[in-house]
Amino acid sequence: MAKMTLEELRKLRDSKKNDLRKRDTEGKNIQVIVGMGTCGIAAGAKVTLDAFLKALDEKNLVDQVLVRQTGCMGLCHSEPTVEVLMPGMPTVIYGKVDAKAAKDIVEKHLIGRELLDNLILDRPAVDIINTK
Amino acid sequence: MHFTVSDLVLDIVQNAAEAQSRVVTVILDESDTQFRFIVQDDGKGMTAEELQRALDPFHTDGIKHPHRKVGLGLPFLVQTAEQCDGGWDITSKKGQGTKVTAWFSLEHVDTPPLGDIPGLIRMILLLPGPQELVVQRTLNRARRQASYEVRKTELQDVLGDLEEAGSQVLLDQYLHSLEEEE
Repeated sequence: MAKMTLEELRKLRDSKKNDLRKRDTEGKNIQVIVGMGTCGIAAGAKVTLDAFLKALDEKNLVDQVLVRQTGCMGLCHSEPTVEVLMPGMPTVIYGKVDAKAAKDIVEKHLIGRELLDNLILDRPAVDIINTK
Repeated sequence: MHFTVSDLVLDIVQNAAEAQSRVVTVILDESDTQFRFIVQDDGKGMTAEELQRALDPFHTDGIKHPHRKVGLGLPFLVQTAEQCDGGWDITSKKGQGTKVTAWFSLEHVDTPPLGDIPGLIRMILLLPGPQELVVQRTLNRARRQASYEVRKTELQDVLGDLEEAGSQVLLDQYLHSLEEEE
């Protein structure tokens, strides 16, 4: 890949924005927040974040999701931790999210609208979770 | 423990971003024999005593994490730099800011892998808090050279909201391209 200039980057961005107008835009209400404190970084949160970007890109969801970095969420025993906010679904904090779990979250939670019960760290309400 | 030198750098830049800074500048300098980085912020700074305490692994300010009993970012850095025939230096002025410098010999067997530098730069640019984040990168190896600067405000101007996954994917492409020769 040759060295890109800011102008080339701008043109690339604009070309993607044109494609977006053809799609149904739901607004950027979906947020994936990755904990990046010392604990998160040491546990591999950077790999997790990259895995989210890759999965979102593959599923063409990049324009509907915000991927944010935050400091430590206080759940260091289960890093990497990821909070997922999605309209219509309970806000959930997942723990021990490695690259595979990140891919699963994109496919099952964001697309399939299903909670990944075995990864949930912070439960919204007991009766929603399948604890079998 | 942090696995790569990039992990150590991100941890330190995060400290700078969380110190109520307006501008954080990061210098990443790599040659065939040494990797060096500098993180300079204009945040709240520390007194000499606070700085001493910050280097203690069992110290944390009690505000960031009320139940936490350790503060490991700086101790990890110090330990790693000293183990790799490197060094470190921290200067700080209360109310003005802090500057952390560290360097590692790339010829030492204990030096961790550097990690993905463009990925590191991308994550630095996305740290919440400061209005401006500047990264100056110099690469001066026998077989590869690069020298560039990136600024968060410039990239926001071109890409829009950097937190959109789409922006990050493009940013990743852009940053990787900057490591290539012209």
